[in-house]
Parts: sequence; C-alpha cells; structure tokens
Amino acid sequence: MLKGGVIMDVVTADQAKIAEDAGAVAVMALERVPADIRAQGGVARMSDPDMIDSIVAAVTIPVMAKARIGHFVEARVLQSLGVDYIDESEVLTPADEAHHIDKWAFTVPFVCGATNLGEALRRINEGAAMIRSKGEAGTGNVIEATRHMRSIRGEIRRLSTMDETELFSAAKELRAPYELVAEVAEAGKLPVVLFTAGGIATPADAAMMMQLGAEGVFVGSGIFKAGNPAQRAAAIVQATTFHDDPDVIAKVSRGLGEAMVGINVSELPDSERYATRGW
Amino acid sequence: MKSPTIGVLALQGDAREHLRRIESAGATGSPVRREAELATVDGLILPGGESTTIAKLLNRFELMESLRARIRAGLPVYGSCAGMILLADRILNAASDQDTVGGMDITVRRNAFGRQVESFENRVPMPAIGAAPFWAAFIRAPWVEQAGPRVEVLGRVSGGAADGRVVAVRQGALLATSFHPELTDDGRIHAFFVDMVREVVSGASAVRDPAGMPR
Repeated sequence: MLKGGVIMDVVTADQAKIAEDAGAVAVMALERVPADIRAQGGVARMSDPDMIDSIVAAVTIPVMAKARIGHFVEARVLQSLGVDYIDESEVLTPADEAHHIDKWAFTVPFVCGATNLGEALRRINEGAAMIRSKGEAGTGNVIEATRHMRSIRGEIRRLSTMDETELFSAAKELRAPYELVAEVAEAGKLPVVLFTAGGIATPADAAMMMQLGAEGVFVGSGIFKAGNPAQRAAAIVQATTFHDDPDVIAKVSRGLGEAMVGINVSELPDSERYATRGW
Repeated sequence: MKSPTIGVLALQGDAREHLRRIESAGATGSPVRREAELATVDGLILPGGESTTIAKLLNRFELMESLRARIRAGLPVYGSCAGMILLADRILNAASDQDTVGGMDITVRRNAFGRQVESFENRVPMPAIGAAPFWAAFIRAPWVEQAGPRVEVLGRVSGGAADGRVVAVRQGALLATSFHPELTDDGRIHAFFVDMVREVVSGASAVRDPAGMPR
C-alpha cells in the first residue's frame, strides 16, 4: 500500500538502505539515475539482474524496476526476478515505437507515465495498476510534472460535467475506451492510483504535487544527486505527509544543503525530452 | 448516544477509504496526524501502508509515546495490514531497528505471504462478525505467528496455500487483521470495530457520570 508515500530511485544496496531508513514506501532499483542517463547519453536499458537482486536483498520495503517502453521481454525478466512493480518507463530508451507492453499478460503490477488523461487511460486499458505523471526526469525542474498533474486532474474535472453524448466524443478525443472514460467521469478520479514523478527535488516540490492531487511521489535524481541525501529523503517524506502544513515544510526544509543542479526544460531540445516518449 | 469519533492515522497509507467506511458504519471519521488530533478521538484505525514508514513518521512527529499511552489507557484501536504489524509486541522479518507501537501480545511475521506478486484474495470465516465468511484482500500481508493467552483468534484463512493461518485477532480493545477490509465491499469489520468503540465510550461515560447510572 504505497498511497501517501515516497518512492525513491536508488542505484546501490547502500542507497536503498538510506531510502528505507528515511521512510520511503518503496525503492526503484536502476543502474543510473535519470540525471546521469541524461549526462552520459547512449541507450538506457533494464538494469543488471545482480544489481536488482542486491537491492531486493537489502530492504524489506517493495522494490520496483524499470523496463523499456514496449520491451515485454525485459518485463518478463523483471517479473521472474520477483520485483514488486515494473515501471514501463520513458526514462529508458523506448524499444517499440508504436506499442506499449500488454500488461494484462503479467501477474506483477505495472506503473506507467502519462502527460495527460488520454495517455493515462490508454495505459490503464493496457493493464497499468498505477499511473504517474511523466514530468521531465533528471532535470530537477518541476514544471513539467506540474503541467501533467494539472492536465490530468483538469481533464477529469471536465469529464465530470459532461452528458452522455459529450462523453462519446470525449472518448474519441482522448483516444481511450468509452467505458473507461465514463467510469472516470462518474467517479471523478482515475480507477487506479495517481502518483507524480519527474523533476521533484525539494520537500516543497513534493508538497505542491500532493496539493495538485497526487496520491504519492516518485523522487528520482533529486535525492542522491543532492548534498546530504539521507536528510533530504527524510524531509521529502515528511513534507509529503504534511503537504498542507507550511510550518512543517519550513521546518524540514532547513539545513538540507545543496539541491541537485537543475536544468531549464525550455532549453532542452525535443530529442532530449523524455516526456515525449510513449504513445 | 452521540456517535463516537474514530480517527484514522493519516501519516501514510489508505486513510481515505477507512474514513469512508467509518462514516457508513455510523461513526464520525477524522484524520489524525498530530497529537492534538489524537487527543480528541474515541477510537483509532492504523491503516495499511508501509509499517516501516508509518513507524518512522510516528517517531519523527512525536506521536509514538502519546499513542502508546492512550492504548495503555484503553483506547480502542484497529490495525489492518501494516496496522497489525504496528500493534504487535513482536515482529519477525523486519529490520532489527524497526519500532512498533505494541500493545497486543502477538508475534507477527511481515510480508509473510510473500512479495507483491503473491498478493491474493481469499475466504476468512469470522463467526464474530457473522455467519458468512469475509472475502479478504491480502497485499504483502503479515500473519500472526504466535498469540498470547489473552488474545482471541477471530479468523483464519480457509483454503488455498495459506490455509489455517491466523489473520484476525482481538485482545480487549485492540483489533487487528492481516487484510484490507477497506478495499472490498463488505463493511462488517468496520461495523464490528465501531461497536467496540461504542462499548468503551458508553462504559467510560457511565463510570465518569455515576448520576446517569440506574439507582
């Protein structure tokens, strides 16, 4: 049960222990955090099974791992390794330019990124058990995650005001099945949990995302690319719980040291924007 | 009688679903994150979530000691999944430094049924809540490995690989289940807990207010 919690990217067993001690509800095991993938370039793939095993062995909280978009064999391998969730992630280099993984064919649950409601519903239709905003991973810049959260939540609110006829055309516009669209319109929320990810670097970033309607937070490069990761990780966990209490956020934001160096997303060429990956 | 106020610890986990269930069982639900909020409730639910995360946040926000004190003073508490782990006096399969609220004389094994992929739903006969078995959702769930003499076993898994495992227990005002009743449609566990709280509230007010007792 991950709701209201923080999931942290880790690349070693030691980092996984730090994350668990800080109060993470799960860790994402990967070889390079997005900021390094961005800096080093090349094809980013599923992590080494030995490395995933070492992290699974190091902690008692759930472990997630990433497969490339459309790479159903990487996903099979991760399932056989016994990870608790698979992230079909745009942070890795896509393996299929038209198809995502058929997630119904797996017993392990999947989390998928989305930039808007249509994308979220297509992933849910393919079997995703959890949606996260894509944001722009590895930038330490929250602007894209904000855009995606506002877009998803805003479109859900818009559906709630529609009549039957309008829902049919909305389903067409969203490129999503009518039944799913009608369900979201009725409930006023996605049928799965909605987390946020991509560029969260500070306790205040995490709290803002929770106030924008996220049910939990992924922090990628923001923790272990900053000074004093243990303290920053604990601070982000506390700010997520008390996202509506500025006094608590102020208290935990003190003395955290350097945050990760950020990147202005507007200066990124399209080819380096991960959020455009996925269809 | 005034409807009791039942808090749901809202540090992490699925507090919202529990609050909804409390309201439909006829009590007033209230999220609890601070000591002042804890002080106002007649009963408390410790929801499912990550027991490590919730225990750390209880310590960081200095709620641990006041919660233990209220449990010692007889506060009715219901723990589901992670909440069962938090109520246990002894935990297996946890980091050596994992803290626990305690109060129930039970030994609980964390992640006993396995990892996320081993999550399942199964029948749990629970005569205390009615004749029909409870259909229960187990997610990385714990089980009760050993229970002391004052602990009443309310339910065991029936059928499947985990047949016979103890997954619902009660000790005085404390109730715990391995599974997540807030995720399935059956409201009987919440109704059972609300009744436990009502009993304690009416008993306490009778003692505090002897004039109200029959002469």
